[in-house]
Amino acid sequence: MAADLFAGIDVGSTTTKAAIIDRDGRLLAEAVDKSGYDFAGAADRVFAAALAAGNLERQRVGKVVSTGYGRRNVAFADESRTEIFCHATGAYFHFPEALTIIDIGGQDNKIIRVNAQGERETFAMNRKCAAGTGAFIEEIAYRLGLELGELNAMAEKSEHEVSIGSFCTVFSCTEILGLLRRGAKPEDIVKGVFRSVVKRVIEMDTIAGKVVLTGGVVAYNPIIATMMAEMLDGQEVVIAPHPQVVGAFGAALTASRL
Amino acid sequence: MAESKIKRLQTTKLMKKVMADHFYELDAAMKAGSPKIAWCTSVGPAELLRAMGFLVYFPENHAAILGATRLATEYIPVANAIGYSPEICSYLTADIGAYLKGFTPLSKAYEGIESIPKPDVLVYNTNQCRDVKDWFEWYAKRWNVPCLGIESYVNVGEVTETHVAGIAGQMKKLAEDLTAVTGNRLDMDKLAEVVDMSRKCSDLWRDVLEMAANKPTPLTFFDGTIHMGPAVVMRGTQVAIDYYETLLDELRQWVKDGVAAVEGEKYRVYWEGMPIWGKLRENAELFLRLKTAVVASTYCNSWIFSALDGKDPWNSMARAYTELFIVRDDDYKEEYFLKMKEIFDFDGIIFHDARTCPNNSNCRYGLPQRFQEKTGVPFVTIDGDLNDLRCYSEEQAITKIEAFIEQLGERK
Ligand code: SF4
Repeated sequence: MAADLFAGIDVGSTTTKAAIIDRDGRLLAEAVDKSGYDFAGAADRVFAAALAAGNLERQRVGKVVSTGYGRRNVAFADESRTEIFCHATGAYFHFPEALTIIDIGGQDNKIIRVNAQGERETFAMNRKCAAGTGAFIEEIAYRLGLELGELNAMAEKSEHEVSIGSFCTVFSCTEILGLLRRGAKPEDIVKGVFRSVVKRVIEMDTIAGKVVLTGGVVAYNPIIATMMAEMLDGQEVVIAPHPQVVGAFGAALTASRL
Repeated sequence: MAESKIKRLQTTKLMKKVMADHFYELDAAMKAGSPKIAWCTSVGPAELLRAMGFLVYFPENHAAILGATRLATEYIPVANAIGYSPEICSYLTADIGAYLKGFTPLSKAYEGIESIPKPDVLVYNTNQCRDVKDWFEWYAKRWNVPCLGIESYVNVGEVTETHVAGIAGQMKKLAEDLTAVTGNRLDMDKLAEVVDMSRKCSDLWRDVLEMAANKPTPLTFFDGTIHMGPAVVMRGTQVAIDYYETLLDELRQWVKDGVAAVEGEKYRVYWEGMPIWGKLRENAELFLRLKTAVVASTYCNSWIFSALDGKDPWNSMARAYTELFIVRDDDYKEEYFLKMKEIFDFDGIIFHDARTCPNNSNCRYGLPQRFQEKTGVPFVTIDGDLNDLRCYSEEQAITKIEAFIEQLGERK
C-alpha cells in the first residue's frame, strides 16, 4: 500500500503527542501520554497509540516530523522542527490570517505572532520560572488537594474571585494560605489562580490580531479563554481545534510538505 | 551526517603563549615585590597605569576564565553566603568566592603559579558598572591596599566637552594619587607612547573584527571571545600589536583562500550582550550546525578605543573611555546597531539577557522591539548569564535559537 499519510510527534517536557493526517491536512488520529523519563520510548508508544486509535497501518505513514524538547530523540522522524515553528504552522492552518498564538504548556509558555501570510514575526517564551504555566496550576491544585480535572468547573462557580499577586509559585502558595486563613472559598482561589496564569501570559509580549490558544492547559480549562478575552478588552480569543495536539499537527503538516 | 568542526586559527597557539607570559610576568613581579602591580577594570585606565610603570592585572579576565572552565557556578554561592546577592555581577561573586576558597584556575593552567597576583593598588572606572568598585573595594580592605578610581557618567547621549573635561580631570588627579600612594611617577612622554600603542592595538583589533564583513566570514563572535584576550590585558604594549598583526595576516589569508568559519554559511546574526562563558563551545557548535555565523558583537567591539591619541593623552583617554557603548543611552545604541548592520550585513540580532549583568543586557528597556519596528531586523532574546549557569536553561536557549533561525529561513 502506498504511503498516503503523515505524522507529527511532539515530545514535550510533560506530555508526548502524536497526530496523523492525510494529504489535505485532515486529522485522522491523535494520542497523548506522559513523556516520563524515556523520550524515545514515549514517542514510540504514542505513535503506536495514534495508529491504533485511527485503526491505521504503519505502512500508510510516509514522512514523520518531530518537535518539542525531545524532538531529537525520535529515531523514526525524517526531520525535526522547533515547537515554535510547529505551533505556528498548526494554528495558521486552521486560521489563515494574522494571529497571535499562545501556547500554555506544562513547563513553558510561548507567544508567537504570525502575519497574514503565515510568516512568523516574533516569538517569546516565558523565563525560567513556573509562573503562568501548567506547572503552576498543578502545584496549587496539589497544595489544595484538588484534582486537575475539577478545576475548570470549580472556577465556573466562583462568585468572589480572589486576587493572587505574586510572580513566584512559592510566594503564591503562601499568599493562598493567607487567603484560606481568612476564609476564602476554594473556587474563588482557583479562579484567582487562572487569572494569575492569564496575567503572566499577557505580560510576556504584545498581543495583536486574533488570539489562538493551544496546549493541554486550555484543553482542560477553557475558562482561560473567556478570562483572557475579558482581559484583552474583547479581542477575539479562540481555542484551536484539538488544542493539545496543535504542535504535533503542525509537525504532521510540515511532514506533508517535505 | 558528519558535523562540521570549529576551525582553529594557527595564531591561537601564539595567543596561549601571550597569555601565559602575561600571567608569569605578574607572578614573578609579585614574588619579587617589583615592578608594582595594579589591578584594573577591563575598560579602566590601563594606559595610565602602564605609563606609570605598573604591571596590570584584570580580574574580569580571571573571572571569565572561572566561567569558561565552568568553575564559576561552584564558587558563586560562596560569595552569596557572605552577602553578595546571586542577582549581582557573577564575575564579582565567582572571583571572590574562588578567592575565599583559596582557588584560582591560573594554578591549573600555569605550573608554578599558586595564587592571583596581589595588588599594590586597585584602580577602577565605573564607566561599565558600579559592581567593579564594590568588587575592588572588597579586596582593598582585605589586603589593606588603596583602591582608587574614576566615577564615570552613565546613559550618555552625545559625548560633550564637559564630559571629557570631567573625566580627564579625574584621570590627572588619579595620576597624582597613584604617585602619592605607590611612589610610581608619571612620565608624560611615556604616557603618549603607551596611548599611541594602545590605539594601534585598538585599530588592529577593529580590523580583525571587521574581517567578519567578508562573506563567508573567516571568524565568528566565538573566535572573537578567545582572541580578544591581548586587546584586554595587553593593550598599550608592543606584544599586543605584534599579536594582532599576526592574526590579521592569517585571517586575510583565510579570506583569500575562501576559508569559512561556518561551512555553508547561510545566515548571519549579531550577538548583543555578554558571552555565556561556560557554554562557548556548545553555542559555537550549535550555530555551526544551523549554518549560522555570529558575525559580530557589541561585546568584542568593547575594546575598540578609536579616540585614543598620544598627542592629547588626557582628553583622548577621557573621550575613549566615555564614548563606549556601555556608557551610552539607547538612542546611541540604536544608531550603533544600524552602523553594525551596514558593516556586517546580518539578518537578525540575538539579545542575551544576562541575569547578573544589567549593564550588558540591552533588552530590558524595549530596545529590541524599537529597533525591529524601525528597521525590520528581527531579534530573539535568550535568558542566561555570563558565569552563573544556574540562570541558564540550555534546552530553552537551543529551542529559541533554532526557532529564530527557522524564522530567518522563512524570510529568505
Ligand atoms: S559590566 Fe557586568 S559583567 Fe562586567 S563587571 Fe560590571 S556587572 Fe560584572
